[in-house]
Amino acid sequence: MKTILLGTAIVVAGAGAALAQDVVRLGTEGAYPPYNFIDDAGEVAGFERVLGDELCARAELTCTWVTNDWDSIIPNLVSGNYDAIMAGMSITPERDEVIDFTQNYTQPDPSAYLVMAGNEEIDLEAAVIAAQTGTIQANFVAQSGATLVEFASPDETVAAVRNGEADAVLADKSFLMPVAEEGGDLVMLDREELIGGGIGMGLRESDAELRAAFDAAIQSMKDDGSLNALLEEWQIGATF
Amino acid sequence: MFAFCTDPETLSGLSWLSCYLTTGKHLSIYVSVGTVLLLLAITAPAALLFGFGGAVAARSPLPPLAWAGRGYIAIVRGVPDIAFFLFFVIALDQFLEWLRHEWKCPDWEGSVWQGSDFVVCAEAKLPLSTAAGWVHDVYGFAVAVLTFAIVFGAFAANVLYGAMRAVPRAQLETAEAYGMTRRQIFRRILVPQMWVYALPGLSNLWMVLVKATPLLFLLGVEDIVYWARELGGAKTPRFTDYPHPDWRVWYFGALLVFYLAFTRLSEVVLARLTRRLARGQATLGGAAQGGSA
Repeated sequence: MKTILLGTAIVVAGAGAALAQDVVRLGTEGAYPPYNFIDDAGEVAGFERVLGDELCARAELTCTWVTNDWDSIIPNLVSGNYDAIMAGMSITPERDEVIDFTQNYTQPDPSAYLVMAGNEEIDLEAAVIAAQTGTIQANFVAQSGATLVEFASPDETVAAVRNGEADAVLADKSFLMPVAEEGGDLVMLDREELIGGGIGMGLRESDAELRAAFDAAIQSMKDDGSLNALLEEWQIGATF
Repeated sequence: MFAFCTDPETLSGLSWLSCYLTTGKHLSIYVSVGTVLLLLAITAPAALLFGFGGAVAARSPLPPLAWAGRGYIAIVRGVPDIAFFLFFVIALDQFLEWLRHEWKCPDWEGSVWQGSDFVVCAEAKLPLSTAAGWVHDVYGFAVAVLTFAIVFGAFAANVLYGAMRAVPRAQLETAEAYGMTRRQIFRRILVPQMWVYALPGLSNLWMVLVKATPLLFLLGVEDIVYWARELGGAKTPRFTDYPHPDWRVWYFGALLVFYLAFTRLSEVVLARLTRRLARGQATLGGAAQGGSA
């Protein structure tokens, strides 16, 4: 019994040490405001930057930020170039087969359409709709029967509507909201699509310890209301 | 950057532009111009070295060496650049980490492959995850240089292989008649004379290399095209002090000018080099210069 206890203690201490000595590298896209973007100083900023730094502080980890192209963001996590993804990535069963997710840190954010002003009566089932490659929205449009045009970055999907290449863009509502609020030529449709299971942090399936550490940190932020305050500050969907 | 930049909303015209163009983000694109030039400066000689090695190996009378040289040329030339960049770099990185893993963590239990995950012990990471940001940048850059050198080395090897065969047989026979050894013929006759035949092919390669640098972003190095896209995209006032509509056309226009100027400069230098190398050669170009051939 004593040896079992001692053994457990060593394992626990070892696990703690393995986590504490490491710098955790957080991968993000840096092109999806308000979730993550590059600010004027050239640094990663946004809701996920603030949230990630707070989660690392609570889990007593040292974290650094890395930007990576959206297309290869999962392969580079799996091959170990960074340790976690915080890139506005919705939790889906397909992604969950390759990587693991923490609990969601946003409520499922409805997806919305943005069209040119004067084009609000468009038939979305027969329209050309822009979405970012490899997102839940692209998946949704592909199955809806509308014509899908895919772009590598979120910014290009909006630009495609402006220059007439697509009739509408489908993306997370909190990403499109600031674009629509800017006034000008783009308006948001009332219709929304409820897809995705909220956004979570993505980790390697073999990294159960790190996942548990972040999961606990997210739970503590949910419990003390600080996560809700952040969601309101950055105007991201509903609170918990 | 400047003192008057503290409140960009009150600025307009040139003073706004001078503040806008000196934000930390814009400094990154200026740095990336340097990165691209540095990459070219290191990659070109490295690729030439790979090419020279490949060509010499392919001409070798020893069958295994000749097979290795020809295999290198055939395989790397035959694989699409993007596939090579995506596959080879990840494979190379994992191979190096695996070697370090075997060396530093012999007690590690279980495989480095866990499902689809590639996991090595923390001490074997390349670079260590505790390393400073610039170490990661330098490592990424070094991997990029190596990959570019291998890819363009294969093409250069083929060009040099052809150039070595183009040197007139009579030149080599004369050298033999003088009693030179194979090694001496290679060093004194073949190599000095082959450059003039190799230069048109090599200059093509250089031009392609100059334009291939945007592939850098595939390797995680933030190059000028990445920054042009990032800076040019429409910016909403909520997330920046310098909101603007879609300005990508201006940024890509600037890139166009940069690349055209750079390739033009390259053409001038290469034309000069061609004239210099043709001097005294048994070619039309050499004869036109009034050489003794």
